Amino acid sequence: MNRTKTLARAILATTLCAGLSTSALAAAGDPIKIGLMLPFSGIYAQLGEAGRDGLKLALKEKVSELHGSPIEFIELDTEAKPSRAPELASSLLNQHKVDFVIGPVHSGVAMGMIKMLRGKDTIMIIPNAGSAAATGPLCAPNIFRTSFSSWQPSYPMGKVALEKGYKKIYAISWNYGMGQESLDAFEESFTAGGGEIVKKVLLPFPSTNFQPNVSDIADQNPDAVFTFFAGGGAIKFVKDFDAMGLRGKIPLMGSGFLTEGTLTAQGDAAEGVMTGLHYAEQLDVPKNHEFREAFNTEYGHYPDIYAVQGYDAGQAITNTVNLLKGDISDKQAVISIMEGLIIDSPRGAFTFSKAHNPIQNIYLREVKDGVNVVQSIAAEALEDPARGCKL
Amino acid sequence: MSAELFFVQLVNGIQYGLLLFLIASGLTLIFGVMGILNLAHGSMYMVGAYLVWYFAAVTGSFTAAAALSAVIALGLGILIERLLIQRLYNRNHLDQVLLTIGMIFVFNALQSILWGNDPHGVSVPDALSGSIPFTDNSSYPIYRIFAALVCIGIAAALYFVVSKTRLGMLIRAGESNREMVEALGVNIKNLYTIVFAIGVMLAAISGIIAAPIRSIVPGMGESVLITCFVVVVIGGMGSIKGAFVGALLVGVISTFAAVLIPSMSNMIIYIFMILVLLVKPQGLFSK
Repeated sequence: MNRTKTLARAILATTLCAGLSTSALAAAGDPIKIGLMLPFSGIYAQLGEAGRDGLKLALKEKVSELHGSPIEFIELDTEAKPSRAPELASSLLNQHKVDFVIGPVHSGVAMGMIKMLRGKDTIMIIPNAGSAAATGPLCAPNIFRTSFSSWQPSYPMGKVALEKGYKKIYAISWNYGMGQESLDAFEESFTAGGGEIVKKVLLPFPSTNFQPNVSDIADQNPDAVFTFFAGGGAIKFVKDFDAMGLRGKIPLMGSGFLTEGTLTAQGDAAEGVMTGLHYAEQLDVPKNHEFREAFNTEYGHYPDIYAVQGYDAGQAITNTVNLLKGDISDKQAVISIMEGLIIDSPRGAFTFSKAHNPIQNIYLREVKDGVNVVQSIAAEALEDPARGCKL
Repeated sequence: MSAELFFVQLVNGIQYGLLLFLIASGLTLIFGVMGILNLAHGSMYMVGAYLVWYFAAVTGSFTAAAALSAVIALGLGILIERLLIQRLYNRNHLDQVLLTIGMIFVFNALQSILWGNDPHGVSVPDALSGSIPFTDNSSYPIYRIFAALVCIGIAAALYFVVSKTRLGMLIRAGESNREMVEALGVNIKNLYTIVFAIGVMLAAISGIIAAPIRSIVPGMGESVLITCFVVVVIGGMGSIKGAFVGALLVGVISTFAAVLIPSMSNMIIYIFMILVLLVKPQGLFSK
């Protein structure tokens, strides 16, 4: 068995090295070291790539704000596996001594990273993972988030459901942080307004065998369904829901990730799905049009929400470096500058809350002809309650 | 649970089980005949799904895409057996595991390079896109019924080939005594190539059939592989009959678990596997 273990280690080491070799060695001057901990393989690979592309675009566009400091990237593939997170984060922290860690996509990985990075001298900027804890009980001066908290996209949807006259809701998601917290946030505003959750189902992550549950929804016949799924699971759920003949009979609502980057694959099955999110690709904000064209010129395709969040993480870095005139050696100064930033995001400008989570609009979108069309602002300048955060 | 819902869920479970059987049959066939533990079996399932997605987009026809993908998978199976697997017949299982794990990484990388990491979906072919009314509120997708029938058809064909044809006879003979078959003048090398290629094709066909009802995402092969191993271990390594019974049991049990105890539904099949192994350590239909 010892041989197997040694080999497993060898494989692990090789993978690690493959990740490291992409980083160029530092040039002259004091480089700003940015460590990326994103999934570049596995189920969330596309999200990781989008985040990285957005980040690099911001750093390229705003190169003048860097006051001549070269940038050094160290890219590590998390594979969206929480078990690898502490080890990778520790290598960025102790071995590479990076200034900023950008990551992760997956909330489980975020927990492992925070364990290593909390209270350290490295600034962690989360470009996706929405886990409430990251800007809640585990919040820390050096942890920022340019995406959202799980609470934000789902909380306003409870009110939306009530306004639409739905009284009985079937709630379903995966049994992990983001899934539970999304359903809880929806439930919070929905039941406070007199609605009833008739059934709440939490499936093991990342199971996508939804057929039994879709059959169960048909049997329960609720006024509407609320859900959080993302990526492949989102495609599968929306298609299964449609194939069962439920589309048009039972409205389907969700946290916005249900229809992000998945609409082509979902096809007609997604028509009419209502979701809440802090962004929509067609959002009519000048910065958004500008960003989308710039991204398309750079990469040959239009950006998605994950690219926006990565881009804003990049902007947070360039803005901060600019305000500090290129000297980021004092991490306390970096933190206090970041806290005061107004990020000119494609989603509309946002600021950071006390817990370092964006204070932002949540838009109600509905899928029409394969596009998430903004219906209204479901909640304006919504701030996460940051329960348990002592900042 | 109403009788009506019970029936719907039973159909769901059987349908899922049949698909699992189709994937697991290739795995167990290869192990039973050749003694090869092919961990890259899930990758073949992924390859089938990606190929059919790609060709459906190019040709515009699901049927043409499915046929093309199945043939390519067969060719790929022959190629892999001749180039790689053949070198492993006299090695131990650890070497086989290492090679086939390596193949998983290679196929995942190829998938990422060739087709990118976006999630994809294949639309159900028009002729099968309807659904039939099932209960007051829901209807059952025709494609799922079609998929189940295809799985039954392939299971029957597999049974026929293995138990009634000369090829099947050789396969069974090869399973029990390789040297004797060779001594009788049968080209066992070719036989192994055929068996491996069929196994790969079965996995790819499952991927093709599953493509319209599943999402096509990176890593889809690995998740299926694990369930597949549970099926094969419950049924007995190398037994096709065992794979059939194991797949239906796992399909039905996980379906009901998903509704009755959703948070534990993944665990239930492993608990079931442990119980089976306590009573029958070699699986239900081991030789």
